[in-house]
Amino acid sequence: MHAMDLKLFRDFRRLWVQGVAIALVLAAGIAVIIMSVGMSRALNETRSAYYESNRFAHVFASARRAPDSLLSQLRDIEGVAQVETQVRSYAILDIPGRAKPATGLLISRPELGEPLLNVPLLRRGRWPENAGETVVNEPFAEANGFVPGDTISVNLNGRKRGVTITGTALSPEFVYTIGPGALMPQNETFGILWMQAEVLDAGFGMAGAFNTVALTVLPRTPLEPVKDAVKALLDPYGAATPVGRDAQQSNAFLDAEIQSLEVLAWVLPPVFLGITVFLVNMVMGRIVQLERSEIGLMKAVGYTNWEIGLHYLMLAALIAFLGVGIGWGVGSWLAQAMSKLYAKYFDFPFLVFGVPLSIYALSAMLGLAATSAGALNSAMRAARLAPAVAMAPPAPPNFHGSTLDRLADLLRLGQPTRMILRSLLRWPLRAGMTLLGMALAVSVLVASNFFPDAMEEIIDTAFYQSNRQDMLLLFDPDAPETALEEVRRLPGVLQVEPQQYHAARLIYGPYEKQVPVSSVADAADLARVVDGDGQVITPDPFGILLSDRLALALHVGVGDTLTVSFESGRRETFEVPVTGIVTQFFGLGAYFAHDTLNSMFRQSPRVSIVNVTLANPQAAEAFQEWIKDVPRLTGTINMTENRISFTDTLSNNILVATTVYGILGMIITVGVAYNAARVQLSERARELACLRILGFGKGEVAYILAGEVLLLAVLAQPVGWVIGYGVARLMTEGFTSDLYAIPLVLEPATFAQASLIVLGAAVVSVALVARRLGRLDLIAVMKTRE
Amino acid sequence: MARLDDRTREVVFRTEGLTKTYDTGEVQVHALAGVDLELYGSELTVLLGPSGSGKSTLLNILGGLDRPSGGRFWFREKELTNASDRQLTRYRRDHVGFVFQFYNLVPSLNARENVQLVTDVAKRPMKPAEALDLVGLSHRMDHFPAQMSGGEQQRVAIARAIAKRPDVLLCDEPTGALDSHTGTQVLATLQRINDEFGTTTAVITHNAAIRLMAHRVIRFQDGRIDRIEENDSRLAATEIHW
Repeated sequence: MHAMDLKLFRDFRRLWVQGVAIALVLAAGIAVIIMSVGMSRALNETRSAYYESNRFAHVFASARRAPDSLLSQLRDIEGVAQVETQVRSYAILDIPGRAKPATGLLISRPELGEPLLNVPLLRRGRWPENAGETVVNEPFAEANGFVPGDTISVNLNGRKRGVTITGTALSPEFVYTIGPGALMPQNETFGILWMQAEVLDAGFGMAGAFNTVALTVLPRTPLEPVKDAVKALLDPYGAATPVGRDAQQSNAFLDAEIQSLEVLAWVLPPVFLGITVFLVNMVMGRIVQLERSEIGLMKAVGYTNWEIGLHYLMLAALIAFLGVGIGWGVGSWLAQAMSKLYAKYFDFPFLVFGVPLSIYALSAMLGLAATSAGALNSAMRAARLAPAVAMAPPAPPNFHGSTLDRLADLLRLGQPTRMILRSLLRWPLRAGMTLLGMALAVSVLVASNFFPDAMEEIIDTAFYQSNRQDMLLLFDPDAPETALEEVRRLPGVLQVEPQQYHAARLIYGPYEKQVPVSSVADAADLARVVDGDGQVITPDPFGILLSDRLALALHVGVGDTLTVSFESGRRETFEVPVTGIVTQFFGLGAYFAHDTLNSMFRQSPRVSIVNVTLANPQAAEAFQEWIKDVPRLTGTINMTENRISFTDTLSNNILVATTVYGILGMIITVGVAYNAARVQLSERARELACLRILGFGKGEVAYILAGEVLLLAVLAQPVGWVIGYGVARLMTEGFTSDLYAIPLVLEPATFAQASLIVLGAAVVSVALVARRLGRLDLIAVMKTRE
Repeated sequence: MARLDDRTREVVFRTEGLTKTYDTGEVQVHALAGVDLELYGSELTVLLGPSGSGKSTLLNILGGLDRPSGGRFWFREKELTNASDRQLTRYRRDHVGFVFQFYNLVPSLNARENVQLVTDVAKRPMKPAEALDLVGLSHRMDHFPAQMSGGEQQRVAIARAIAKRPDVLLCDEPTGALDSHTGTQVLATLQRINDEFGTTTAVITHNAAIRLMAHRVIRFQDGRIDRIEENDSRLAATEIHW
């Protein structure tokens, strides 16, 4: 081994604590890249492979009842490759031995051959061969412990029919399987049932007709004209506006997940890499300063400038190797944990592909680039140093008086305090960067710790303020309002409240959104509209109330006139004024007063949903047993269970996230504070030893050493709060999609907690360095010149 | 010029069989090999000897920077042989003034503030301006170390050492980094302090010319006192050249 290489490794060994402190910061950045970029890529690729092999459609449309004869016309639309029509319907399922009903989405299978599009993948058993058989989606089977041969009963438009499960399957349409009105998958109470077409045709009067169509298009075919053509063809038959993959529910959830991973990838790694650059820069700067005479010597014996510059770059590269290595390990582990989480929430037929090797390579290059960028300045300084100059001691740092002196006089500051302040002013860039580094640590904590508060607000608003019902009973088509009275008479029922849902297109100028419009009962108590401040909002009888994100998407404000084109009933179009905008976290809500909606539909009062509260859990069981037999009931949502599962899942995820971010914040703080204090100690060792000789105690000397870093740590807090607020804001905006929004809720406790963690980590780091004060060689100071 | 007899015969430092051994891994270096010595109040002593003869080691121990390996030593009546870290810090703070070869000024503090560094923590200090006046630097008080010559920096260091009115002034090669002309100025300052305040002063040097200004000259050789000379007729520092 060359002497230079030996020196490299020994230097690194000597600097190992500092090296590790920086490497950990770098590792955090690398790990986040591996996890976020890697998993978003992996999800994307897994999804593409699945969609490709199972022919996931490009366009999805539905109608009330369209004749099969339309099929050939649909096929003739320009650019269309394949068309598949189906009958689909929701139905209440009765699972033997269980009081709780489940909701099923029944899907017809072609009478001959295999489906062309959205091909379900058989996982177990066989496809149904007669009307009494069904295949269910795998998660539903697993959650209920079904095996082929088990029987469940299906409420087919009021007639209960027993069907035998012959197998399980997965479908690209249901990667994220979520029932009507649910917020997250509840596989126990929502399932997909593939049945022979004849069953559905008979059960729902759909012989010779279909109500769902899926299409694929030829490559490079623009989707809009195809959607328009489909819409035109289906329009006479009660079509809803066709949607692309972006609005297909399961795919939209996958998009949202990928989007949030990408937000992470854009927000966090640059912070960690930036801090790495700064730390390497600070530490390498000091090393080159300390090794002046060695550099001079190396040059004197014939090393080239290039070799010397490279030597210091290599020292930084060792930090990169360490950081990248740790980052790969932690990142892979995180990615694996994410894969497990995805396996739980997303139903892919195969494991989510691992992190692509290219991401490992990319992250390593970024890591090396960060340390090299940090070391470049020092390496070039070392390379450029003339040997004769290098061998002579450096000139003492040049301090000048400043206006600060008068202030210091005024405040009667002691000399140690003056030393701290002058050092800050002497190296303002370094002080500024140190401050910024610690501020970023605070901001990472603020920006991550606001999630629990935000979630609490979401849960509170969604589950305790807006939706206060125990259960929702879904009717499709709408039932006359007498249903309300029938439900009210059921045992254990305390309150009932009607609600209507209608698919509609909202249009304002060039902007258009397809959303469900819902009604709000007069003096609503169970399903209310509540804004961000917890205030109950009642829709004006003469206008429409919009959620803020919907209003933003449509570019409308209060007072603007919106075109509302219903896709159900008489499919009429209305011009209505926007009479209110309300902050909401889930979905894109649009509301009319219940009576207003009835009169717009020119119908006797009807209900799509009956909201129910029950007297007690015992009543709930009897109630649930009873509703299995209600004809025309197509689904139920158990809000009590929804609340519990949502809260559990979230609090679990939040605990993990808060811990992870807490660690990241501490890594940054320790990396910055420890290195800043070490460089301080190195620069001031002589000065501090001299003070010890002059009779200063260890504590007084430690004050000077710790003072600067801790002062910066304190000053960093408000800066960190502001940055954290900004980052939190950016993140909430980044995470916001049509599906949900995350409110920016920042409690004083969040700031306080972030500051406590960072200040604590700073104090510990500085204390570790201050311990070295005991090892100062007082005698050497008198004998040597720096 | 003060005569030998002017000195009080108060014993300021006393050592008994003082030894110091440095263990450098494979070899043991006996820096002090049994030193018995007394230094008297108001005395200006020059400790002469080649490198490694033990003079600095002795000064370090007397100044409370180092501990002996064997033997005992006293400052006035107080034995410091086994003093704790805290006691030694206290001792340095209250009684000892140091002057180093390389000045060791704090670069971020100007001349006045460097002196103030000490006066802020001393019991009955003089004013920083007064100390700087004594070393002839009243006109450079607001200058920072980087703005001063080596001689000036050393005089600031002396001002810093004397500002607390120390009982003893320990100087390790105070002229080692200076040219002859500047060096004599610094020595004159030390002599003046000794004359005016009666501060017990010990100066380490290997510059034999400096012995001429001392009351006593203690010669070191191989960790032991080789011989002690008393100067009947001292020269003023300004009369010394090298």
